[in-house]
Amino acid sequence: MNKETTAMKPPASLNGLLEYACGLTPDLDEAARAGYEEQLRLLRRERTERPTIFVGAGTCGLGAGAGKSLNAIRAFLRLRNIDAEIVEVGCIGLCAEEPLVDIQLPGKPRVSFKHVTEDKVKPLLESVLAETIPTDMVLGQFTTPGVAPWHNVDRLAEHPFFAPQTRWVLKNCGVINPSSLGEYVAGGGYRALTKVIHTMTPAEVCDMVEQSGLRGRGGGGFPTGKKWKFALSTTSDRKYLVCNADEGDPGAFMDRAVIEGDPHRLLEGMAIAAYAIGASKAYIYIRAEYPLAIKRLQHAIAEAKDCGFLGENIQDSGFSLEIVIKMGAGAFVCGEETALINSIEGKRGMPRPRPPFPAVKGLFDKPTIINNVETLANIPRIAEGGAEAFAAIGSETSKGTKVFALSGKIALTGLVEVAMGTRLRQVLFDIGGGIPNGKKFKAVQIGGPSGGCIPDEHLDIAIDYESLKTVGAMMGSGGLVVMDEDTCMVDVAKFFMEFIQRESCGKCIPCREGTLRMLQILERITRGRKSESKFQALERFKGVMMLNRTAEVIRDTSLCGLGQTAPNPVLSTLRWFRDEYEAHIYERRCPAGVCQELRSFEIDVELCDGCTLCAQRCPVDGAIVGVPKKVHYIIEDKCIGCGTCVDVCPTHAARLRIPGAEEIDRERRESEQALSVFASGAFEDWHEGAALYRMGKQ
Amino acid sequence: MSTTTGQPAVQPDIQEILDRHADAGRDALIPLLQDVQETHGYLSREAIARIGEHLHLPASKIYGVATFYNQFRFQPLGRYHIQVCRGTACHVKGSLGVLDAIRQDLALEPGKTTRDGLFSLEVVACIGACGLAPVISINGEFYANLTPQKVRDIMDELREEVENDE
Repeated sequence: MNKETTAMKPPASLNGLLEYACGLTPDLDEAARAGYEEQLRLLRRERTERPTIFVGAGTCGLGAGAGKSLNAIRAFLRLRNIDAEIVEVGCIGLCAEEPLVDIQLPGKPRVSFKHVTEDKVKPLLESVLAETIPTDMVLGQFTTPGVAPWHNVDRLAEHPFFAPQTRWVLKNCGVINPSSLGEYVAGGGYRALTKVIHTMTPAEVCDMVEQSGLRGRGGGGFPTGKKWKFALSTTSDRKYLVCNADEGDPGAFMDRAVIEGDPHRLLEGMAIAAYAIGASKAYIYIRAEYPLAIKRLQHAIAEAKDCGFLGENIQDSGFSLEIVIKMGAGAFVCGEETALINSIEGKRGMPRPRPPFPAVKGLFDKPTIINNVETLANIPRIAEGGAEAFAAIGSETSKGTKVFALSGKIALTGLVEVAMGTRLRQVLFDIGGGIPNGKKFKAVQIGGPSGGCIPDEHLDIAIDYESLKTVGAMMGSGGLVVMDEDTCMVDVAKFFMEFIQRESCGKCIPCREGTLRMLQILERITRGRKSESKFQALERFKGVMMLNRTAEVIRDTSLCGLGQTAPNPVLSTLRWFRDEYEAHIYERRCPAGVCQELRSFEIDVELCDGCTLCAQRCPVDGAIVGVPKKVHYIIEDKCIGCGTCVDVCPTHAARLRIPGAEEIDRERRESEQALSVFASGAFEDWHEGAALYRMGKQ
Repeated sequence: MSTTTGQPAVQPDIQEILDRHADAGRDALIPLLQDVQETHGYLSREAIARIGEHLHLPASKIYGVATFYNQFRFQPLGRYHIQVCRGTACHVKGSLGVLDAIRQDLALEPGKTTRDGLFSLEVVACIGACGLAPVISINGEFYANLTPQKVRDIMDELREEVENDE
């Protein structure tokens, strides 16, 4: 019968094994050593005794149907009475090909398969158990030492998605069983912690991290070692470590993947960090929207405690650490350090002025270090391999690797980890596979709501903290949302302003009111003539003139990072895609055909076969006219631009109407007239702005 | 404090939750609210008053905290709780159309519950499944790579499920 290892509790004998794996028992006799090595090989899956099936059961995998595939696999094995092991692993990062299932037969390396939906489980298992690899579903095979590879199966490491990556933080994600501490230890886990608490002083650990050049991966990019030293040098009876897993950036999901796929790496990093700053209590502030990650963390903490890697007097070193999970309640601003502290204390998550910095006076007024998940997950590697090895990779000012979440209009969505200094173009086109459906690349949004959009001509910049700033973007937490020619940049800016306006905590007036004003301006320029009065038409111009100025005020006068970076999406799109803004303002058209009020549709008389589907589905009465079996027409004045007709038309007769040059010219002339109203002095306040704006345009 | 009419008369006892947080300080407020919402489905006025007594905090402070965070609700949820992701990746891939389709199909605005108590709609910032955008989650189950048409089909399926149950 198949037995599952999802809730494995280490037997007492595992303790000896763990001590051996961590290098605590060097003077073992040959026989015991060989026995442990054999056990470790089994845990590392270098050898299996029965077929093992790995199912990618991260949130993204489950979303793609891994749960159903898992049930199908169980049913298949039960029906055939096959003795196999099923392991639920985390996300390997290739979200576009989910659900992913790996199969390892005894004496063979593990092979990865893509798109294993419920219905494909049976043919796949039948074929693989008969030792034939179905070529259409295979993704690649793992490299297992001492095992002969499959013939004619590519190696997973050579897959174009994985080959250019440097997987340090994601090393175990999707490979090991996240619910098994044994597997983590067999792969070298907790060895760094053991080394640190037995052979190094806290100051030495801080020095090491500082030398490694590791900088905060949550967005700010502050040197981690330096930050730790502040806390170390502050004397206090209590200190706290907080892991910021409140991954609020829309478009970023690397922290979730790390926690779901390799929770012990985070715990080990936290234990080392707590030791370095002298904290005995640590919090993980995680989003409530990540239930699976919370579950995996709870399990991992309990397991680590049982095995003596957390809790009182860890490995008789005198160092104790308690880790508590705090669920965030959904507020983007809580990603900001001081707001997060307030939230843990049970208050509204509003930022406090700094200084005093949290490293001096933070949670419950005690010195507190707040680090992002990815930052902490880098620590075990630094402690094990040394600062030099870590600093050997990366650019001048940014060391190590960075995980990016690729999403949007890109062929291979997923998680990628590359060395700092890699070209952005390589990440998008070599790893990500470029833009699907033959569309043209327009921009990539990096850094979430605080970041910016980077156009094609700047894709050759190297990824590091400084160079991204030169093009008006920032590292942020590493969400990369790709946009193609069908994306309207004004709409994207509006989307981010809507988000920031909603998430502004309301403490600083420039951020609370200013972001709303900026949103209103963007709403006005994306509004069609049908729904506005003459006064509003003039207001459009007034607003546009104030857009830059408002942005500057918000940036200069807000307290926290959220406010200071709030105008970035608008400023960066305005900088690189000014022509799109102008098309919206002067020509009242949306070049990408996204802004609903600025577009209309038409029906191709050649293609329409009069099926009446569009008229039935059209939400406006009488906007589409026609009798069955005859050509239909759209009444432009009634069309609200929703695009339902395009969605439902079986013959693709309904399509976006592209305005002719004459029409665009007319709109432009009217806009010029409106501007001249300002210039006439009838609106004194605006006079200067209008004149300046026109000068700027000439 | 009297309960407002229309709320379910029988609620699971809140005392049990409060007992779990005995001798708790202010920092237990958010976990307490989360626990109550988890069992009751929302935060009733009564529950807030009881939490206030327990933590020695005025109800105004508790409302201050509870209304600050997106997670807390003051209305019971529908049988099907639909969360529509409006993250960047979902937006770029057309989540607004998905949201509009649900809005039209159920005649329901975000943050509200239908009168029959079947559906409630919520817009969330990002549920972290950007690789599968656009995504919605119904009672915690994910539906990926949606289009307005697919969403309408899902709503129809749910309605059918309800009818079969009755």
